Amino acid sequence: MGVAIDVQGLTKSFGSQLIWNDVTLTLPAGEISVMLGPSGTGKSVFLKTLVGLLKPDKGSIVINGADLVTLKEHDLYEVRKLFGVLFQDGALFGSMNLFDNVAFPLREHTKKTESEIRKISLEKMELVGLQGAEDKLPGEISGGMRKRAGLARALVLDPEILLIDEPDSGLDPVRTSYINQLFIDLNAQIDATFLIVTHDINTARTVPDNIGLLYHKHLAMFGPREMLLSSEEPVVRQFLNAQTVGPIGMSEEKDADELAAEAASGQQLPPLPPIAPQLGTSNGEPRRGERPAGEWCRANGVIPPPGSFQGPHTSVQVPERTLDQRPELDVGASLDHGAAS
Amino acid sequence: MNVLVSPLKQAGAFFALFLDVMRALPKRPFQTKEFIQQCWFIASVTIVPTALVSIPFGAVIALQLGTLTRQLGAQSFTGAASVLAVVREASPIVTALLVAGAGGSAICADLGSRKIREEIDAMEVLGISPIQRLVVPRVLACMLVAVLLNGLVSVVGVAGGYFFNVVIQGGTPGAYLASFTALAQLADLWTSEIKALLFGLVAAVVASYKGLTAGGGPKGVGDAVNQSVVITFMLLFVINFVVSAIYFQVVPQKV
Repeated sequence: MGVAIDVQGLTKSFGSQLIWNDVTLTLPAGEISVMLGPSGTGKSVFLKTLVGLLKPDKGSIVINGADLVTLKEHDLYEVRKLFGVLFQDGALFGSMNLFDNVAFPLREHTKKTESEIRKISLEKMELVGLQGAEDKLPGEISGGMRKRAGLARALVLDPEILLIDEPDSGLDPVRTSYINQLFIDLNAQIDATFLIVTHDINTARTVPDNIGLLYHKHLAMFGPREMLLSSEEPVVRQFLNAQTVGPIGMSEEKDADELAAEAASGQQLPPLPPIAPQLGTSNGEPRRGERPAGEWCRANGVIPPPGSFQGPHTSVQVPERTLDQRPELDVGASLDHGAAS
Repeated sequence: MNVLVSPLKQAGAFFALFLDVMRALPKRPFQTKEFIQQCWFIASVTIVPTALVSIPFGAVIALQLGTLTRQLGAQSFTGAASVLAVVREASPIVTALLVAGAGGSAICADLGSRKIREEIDAMEVLGISPIQRLVVPRVLACMLVAVLLNGLVSVVGVAGGYFFNVVIQGGTPGAYLASFTALAQLADLWTSEIKALLFGLVAAVVASYKGLTAGGGPKGVGDAVNQSVVITFMLLFVINFVVSAIYFQVVPQKV
């Protein structure tokens, strides 16, 4: 079972430039969380701070009772063994082939025999669909393959926490869907705590149990998926529905004049689209962190947008699904529907 | 304010890395394979240029000294002076140039490109210290290669000096060889090798520091390499001066 990460009052700046201020959240154990935010809001910095690669100015990050921020170098290396991290470009070691890259953590941290190492590494490589590519060098393969190899390497020590930096950058929509499905299935299998940093709306709407949004140097909101998807809060609403109307502008946040002009012109956000059903595991077994659709809305007396949670509990690998049952198309179709009504 | 603080911060971070490297030196397991690979790599990028630089260097010294000694009427001391010049100063300087320019820049480029590909971060996240794993073997390799290079430069420089003095300027071979030990002593060789050892150490630590702090994409790596070479040059020439000064204070000279 994964472990929870408890973040309190985290603040980080580079020199005089504040990145984010007073971020407080708890990543629940064994659940999938997504951290969203416009480009340049320090999502990757947040992720690197969580593993202790960057020191925050203030605040604490508590994992298993240990505060990462004050931990000594030696103990930090121990705590890091709980983590698997997938960096944006996979961060493979350029001088080693894929197999050696995946086997590297095992060779460094375990006393396993070479044949055991081989078995585990090949198993993880098969899991991410890289069988047969063991002897390739990172420079010889595509970005998507590098990413999957990075994932295999992150998984090889059976991490309790998996941090994933922009899994969808540089991947086509089909591969993105596959990798999202892989995350769901992995979470069901290894019960690790997942944090995915992304700005892909489709991923954010269908994959996680929890969503967080970094905006304007602070954490705008963090909570269960349904809470954010049904939220009327302008920033959350604008971002999760990819609108131009709202407080987020092209460069930074829009200035007050522009916002006033927007309000005066009577421009309004379109109604909230229905909440798409969450992506299920490919074998249909529920994950431990999974909650029934609409539970949060019922518990908090929030009426979800009409048409929410419809469509079967689909997954990418279900063979008999038809086109209009695909979760990603559901979002698009219902957006149109929402705009028309 | 910033003009003052930022170089101090850099220097502080550099010394912090230096101390980290010293602390990681005795840590097991020692990365033997990486050490041997790095020795070979650094040697392969430095040996040929070093040999090619030291021949004209020895020749220039021989030409200058040959003329000077004739003007002073001390031709019999040509050999003595040229050995002294080559071993004491020329070979550490040539070693410094090549260790910083070829060895250091290669280390910096290698670590810098790993840094921007996030390999270094990945390594730390996998619970492995990049200092112990990557920097320590490079520093040791650079020190070993610098010491050996220094020997190479001395030999090639003296041979080059002999050739130019005896063959080109028509000096007496016997007098040239016989006067070798007239002024030079074993302590000269030791000092020269100690200098080389320090040069290797400083060049490798500066290159590693600059490489590990590279940022801002491929251009950042280029800038880091450039800065690392410039900084190393300056430091090595200062160290060369300081060690020479100490040497003259500590070691009694032949009269």
